[in-house]
Amino acid sequence: MNFDVSNLYSATAEIFVAIMVLAIMLATAFARSIARGLAYSFVQITLIVAAFITYFTLDAGNDFAFHNMFVHDQPGGILKMMVYLSMMVALIYGRGYLADRKLDRPEYYLLSLLSTLGMMVMITANHLLVLYIGLEMMSLSLYALVAFDRDAVRSTEAGMKYFVLGALASGLLLYGMSMIYGATGGSLELPAVKEAVLGAKNGNMTMVLLFGIVFLVAGISFKLGVAPFHMWVPDVYQGSPTAVTLILSSAPKLAAFALAMRLLVGALPDLAGQWQSMLLFVAAASIVLGNFAALAQHNIKRMLAYSGISHMGFMLLGLLSGGGTGYSSAMFYVIAYALMTLAAFGMVVLLSREGFEAENIGDFKGLNRRSPWFALLMLFVMFSMAGIPFFVGFFAKFSVLQAVIHAGHLWIAVLAVIMSLIGAFYYLRVVKFMYFDEPVNNTPLKASGELLVMLSLNGMAIALLGLMPGALLKWCAEAMKVAFTVSG
Amino acid sequence: MEFSTFVFYFFAAVLIFAGLRVITARNPVHAVLFLVLAFFSASGIWILLSAEFLAITLVMVYVGAVMVLFLFVVMMLDIDFARLREGFWKYLPIGVAVGVLLTIEMGLVLVGAFGGKEMPAAAATITSQSKPFECTSNICELGRVLYTDYAYPFELAALVLLVAMVAAVSLTLRRRSGAYADKRIPPEAQVVVRHEDRMILVKMASEKEMSEEPAAPTGTRSGGTQ
Repeated sequence: MNFDVSNLYSATAEIFVAIMVLAIMLATAFARSIARGLAYSFVQITLIVAAFITYFTLDAGNDFAFHNMFVHDQPGGILKMMVYLSMMVALIYGRGYLADRKLDRPEYYLLSLLSTLGMMVMITANHLLVLYIGLEMMSLSLYALVAFDRDAVRSTEAGMKYFVLGALASGLLLYGMSMIYGATGGSLELPAVKEAVLGAKNGNMTMVLLFGIVFLVAGISFKLGVAPFHMWVPDVYQGSPTAVTLILSSAPKLAAFALAMRLLVGALPDLAGQWQSMLLFVAAASIVLGNFAALAQHNIKRMLAYSGISHMGFMLLGLLSGGGTGYSSAMFYVIAYALMTLAAFGMVVLLSREGFEAENIGDFKGLNRRSPWFALLMLFVMFSMAGIPFFVGFFAKFSVLQAVIHAGHLWIAVLAVIMSLIGAFYYLRVVKFMYFDEPVNNTPLKASGELLVMLSLNGMAIALLGLMPGALLKWCAEAMKVAFTVSG
Repeated sequence: MEFSTFVFYFFAAVLIFAGLRVITARNPVHAVLFLVLAFFSASGIWILLSAEFLAITLVMVYVGAVMVLFLFVVMMLDIDFARLREGFWKYLPIGVAVGVLLTIEMGLVLVGAFGGKEMPAAAATITSQSKPFECTSNICELGRVLYTDYAYPFELAALVLLVAMVAAVSLTLRRRSGAYADKRIPPEAQVVVRHEDRMILVKMASEKEMSEEPAAPTGTRSGGTQ
């Protein structure tokens, strides 16, 4: 049997996280009195160690393991490390919030770690079956996390909505995969699918492939939360505890991006013309709908949800532009978005306290009087999301637009810019509330040390990456070049 | 027509009929029973494909365990099915239109691609890369593929089941608070108990005046340990 140890080397991070999940579960079951703190610190340690493992097992080329079902490549490595980072930051932000509401049961951290493992599996999948199992592992954990505040009606309702719609999306994705499987003569491995598609000259088979791609795009769009599959996003973001919204809005987007890259770019590059036009519609619809709907929101979580829809549409613009610049700009965008959304929901968590949910945009009124430093951080986040120059969001939008124009979709670039301008209104409204309005309540802000430090670091990262985006941009570009050997 | 072809069409017809009845039956218990029938006919088709182990598993796991659980749930939960069906006729035309359109389109695509062709044999798709020994039985072949080529998804599937378990427990398990939360009586409490703790005697007047409201009965109250 060709099952040697070197085969497992590249999958060390996944194996480590899986073992830690089991270890933490047993440890918290036996040490109930200290279970909360134990689970939290163990999960954080696991994420840090996994990041080191991922970094040091990363080679220049692509490593395969488990009979080619697993691939460890550069973009996968970067995305995985960003997933660890997002999860760590989200757990740090959410800790005090959960403790105030008696929600910081060890299962919360366990499910977070399991969903991280699911994302890692998705990111490194090289096989349709593995991709799907990773997706399910991530989604199932997230459904449970959304409904985690089980005595609150809106949390369980959000969980139910997310579960039913998520199951539907999984069904669509699976159906699409089965079509691809049928049309390529029974290949499940992504490179084999690519080969088979190249060989398929039969017109009828191409029809089946297209048919499958329609379902794949629908499934991916749902997971990314873009129009017209966005219906769940605002309700779920609003209904789930803010600490869970933090997780929901950041790391899974990175994993969904990996899903799109693996399926569309990795396995079906020869039908790029077809899925690009589908994504073009999806992206344009999300940018328009997301920005207009966000204008009308009074609830900050709903506003950020709609803004997330438009951001994901923007990211898809990079993806559909194709070529090295397109893919790397999309990757840069999704990483930048994860940073921004973490900081934004981190601020919402900060303003909430025991028995009070800071949910209205009005709760930001007069934040400058209450805490100039946090107001400044929020200003960074809002400016960055609006795409105002010299914040990371600007460079993300800029590189995507460059790729879009390079690909020849001038009108869609113009549309995206106009919609960003409209979007700037609701971001700047928050800034106006913070600096020019009287505070509604003057309760002093209570931030634990780690929340203060992490939120400051996060805000500074948004500002600094805006001043020096070159390194990350280059990193993304080189990773994409190696992994997909794309030109341009 | 070969006999096996006849058997296939027979099972397929029963399967489709049962599947339709699952969604059209008015009585939910009947719907579950039709689902059982559907599983039986599907397992018949699998036996025709000489996947006898999977067929038996389908019957044992789905019919034996899952469906019985389903029946219990359907019988025990008091679901108002009339209310669930409220919007049925209102949405029916749109649903039927979209469904028929989708079915026609799918039919055109799929019949165009796969119609009139020999399907590849099912066994051909599961070719193991490592063949240290020859397998004759279904279970042997499945087991070998599962633990060698498909070891990774197999382990991942186990973790998905773990997710389901952790999620279900964390969403539903409630620890009762207060004394004797787990319905267990500590023996030390039984030993030290005094009769004053068990029974409280309340003195009451034997007669009540007519003008007073009838008071709530406060008689003897027995303590926790007995």
